[in-house]
Amino acid sequence: MRTTDVVTNATRNAFRSKLRTTLTVLSLFVGAFTLTLTTALGAGVNDYVSRQVATVSTGDALLVTPAASADSSEGPTRFDPDGRQQSTQPNPLGSGTLLNADDLETMQGIDGIERVEPVRQVVIDWVAPADGTEEDRYELDINPSSSLGRSDLIAGEQLDDGKGAAQIVLQDEYVDALGFGDAESAIGETVELGYTDAAHVARSIEAEVVGIARTSLFASGAGVDASLTDVVSEAQAIPGQPEAYVLAVAHLDGPGGGAVTEEDIRQVKAQLADADLTGQTVEDQLGVIQTVINGIIGVLSAFSVIALLAASFGIVNTLLMSVQERTREIGLMKAMGMSNGRVFSLFSLEAVVIGFLGSAIGALAAIGLGSLISSALAAGPLADLPGLSILLFDPVNVLAVILVIMLVAFVSGVLPARRAARQDPIDSLRYE
Amino acid sequence: MTSSPAPGAPPVLRAQALTKTYGDGQSRFDALKGVSLEVHRGESLAIVGKSGSGKSTLMHLLALLDRPSTGVVEIDGEDAASAPTRRINRLRNERFGFVFQQFFLTAQQTVLENVTLPLLVAGVAPRERARRGLAVLESLGLADKARNRANDLSGGQKQRVVIARALVNEPDVIFADEPTGNLDSTTGEQVEDLLFGLQRERGITLVVVTHDDDLAARCDRRVTIADGLIVGGADR
Ligand SMILES: Nc1ncnc2c1ncn2[C@@H]1O[C@H](COP(=O)(O)OP(=O)(O)OP(=O)(O)O)[C@@H](O)[C@H]1O
Ligand SMILES: [Mg+2]
Repeated sequence: MRTTDVVTNATRNAFRSKLRTTLTVLSLFVGAFTLTLTTALGAGVNDYVSRQVATVSTGDALLVTPAASADSSEGPTRFDPDGRQQSTQPNPLGSGTLLNADDLETMQGIDGIERVEPVRQVVIDWVAPADGTEEDRYELDINPSSSLGRSDLIAGEQLDDGKGAAQIVLQDEYVDALGFGDAESAIGETVELGYTDAAHVARSIEAEVVGIARTSLFASGAGVDASLTDVVSEAQAIPGQPEAYVLAVAHLDGPGGGAVTEEDIRQVKAQLADADLTGQTVEDQLGVIQTVINGIIGVLSAFSVIALLAASFGIVNTLLMSVQERTREIGLMKAMGMSNGRVFSLFSLEAVVIGFLGSAIGALAAIGLGSLISSALAAGPLADLPGLSILLFDPVNVLAVILVIMLVAFVSGVLPARRAARQDPIDSLRYE
Repeated sequence: MTSSPAPGAPPVLRAQALTKTYGDGQSRFDALKGVSLEVHRGESLAIVGKSGSGKSTLMHLLALLDRPSTGVVEIDGEDAASAPTRRINRLRNERFGFVFQQFFLTAQQTVLENVTLPLLVAGVAPRERARRGLAVLESLGLADKARNRANDLSGGQKQRVVIARALVNEPDVIFADEPTGNLDSTTGEQVEDLLFGLQRERGITLVVVTHDDDLAARCDRRVTIADGLIVGGADR
């Protein structure tokens, strides 16, 4: 039997019992549908996260925070006048404990760290156009790590700490509110930032808009440069209290001023750990998030795999019935000299055809429905995360899902196909 | 075309001391107990005997559909047991034609598809299959039924389709198990005429299993089987 004939006959045989095939295809459809959606979800979210990594990564900097305390002694911790302070405000990047001046010195002394930039917590009350009235004031959050990362810019440039002038990178939602025509025309304009100092006196400071950024998952809030943070944090520092920092950025340099390698980073991290500090690259931090996302996607995928497993038993059942029904036909073909191998391929291909139908239809339906859901979400609940397409249908992934399901179908077809191939033609012809 | 075998040529089929045992232990049953016979090229042989005597079993062994428990089947003087499966498959596909006791037609397929099944197995291209299938159906007066579903034919038409299927690969030997068993006498006679006509015209060797005396009488030779043994052979 020719290979093309095997394929066409297997396909036709799959459709001989339309209802039965349809039901089996449906059960595969469910698995393919969910698997396509979960992989698309994983791809969409991970793609977004890694694009964020690209925008915030500084390459050779470590974010240093105090190590999470591992105090195992019982009872309250004994007071240490030189110890670290606790933070009064929650901070997404740091732990509850703040860094002190000693920590900075230790860091400075570590081999491979070129310079250390402490990051202070500042609180800005409002932002308004330079000549604005009280009516034009809007609340503003400052991203504490903004001076070290990169924003996902729509217009303008990144912050430049070297200039010394107060600079700000605003999120795009402020463009309209502050009365700028568009993102481009906001660049170079001056805005006024209001804050309250340690003595509860309202103050304000002017800053130049250097960039307009897309709202992003990890760098929420406006970015301001070091000179502005310095002024504000000095005013907000409570007199008499030692200096404290949310986190510090350690800029590394490779040995002899060369490029920073993974090994360099590892060594600095080890030394930081000895000093009771934790150093993480931005990739490390986002890696944790990605691990969590992948875990969730994994669990979702596991459900679709279970659906597939159930469907594969459906295939076994369908094909066993098909083999049973065609016992005489198989016997006849074998009597006419068809080899066992060809009989096997005829039936296992039938399984593959069923698998292809279920997976292709399931994947297409998932793409159709998923695209609708995705655009509806992007317009609605996820509008605050521009650039996030929650379901990303990567052709390679979709193809992989289809191929995996066809493989599952093939494997399910092995048992019935083997039974058909091993049938004794005489027994088959005697079969009533 | 008559074909008298070349003197000294080995018989198409030769069976030597064939036994066939089914099952074992309590259910052990000796269906054949030592059968030897020869079938020469171009002759027609009837295998007759009571029901359950082992006729079909013998035919299956001769047609290489089954292997004997002991004994040898030779095709053109060559021991079949030593041939590889592939060769046996090819031999059955190219040189044998089968008419089984039941029709074994695939109901949903067309008459043409049923008839060309041996060619499909042989790997003949679709066009060539259709051409040869139609030619055979034409010669059996069924050309107008080629596109009908096999299920929609009368019993006699079905039997002719089955014979067309046995002929389509232009075999040397046709094995027919009760070819007229489930036909009325008139149609049965037509089918017999067909088979013997082909045997005469094309020199096909015919092995017919039957318990119909009239059919057996039309064959060149007959062997009678009882309880797994040949009890009588008669040349006409
Ligand atoms: N697979 C099998 N297992 C056990 N016994 C079998 C098997 N096949 C055939 N037999 C037995 O072998 C004997 C011969 O069977 P066979 O089919 O050759 O008879 P037959 O002469 O063709 O009869 P009929 O004229 O009724 O077709 C019977 O008694 C049958 O019961
Ligand atoms: Mg019989």
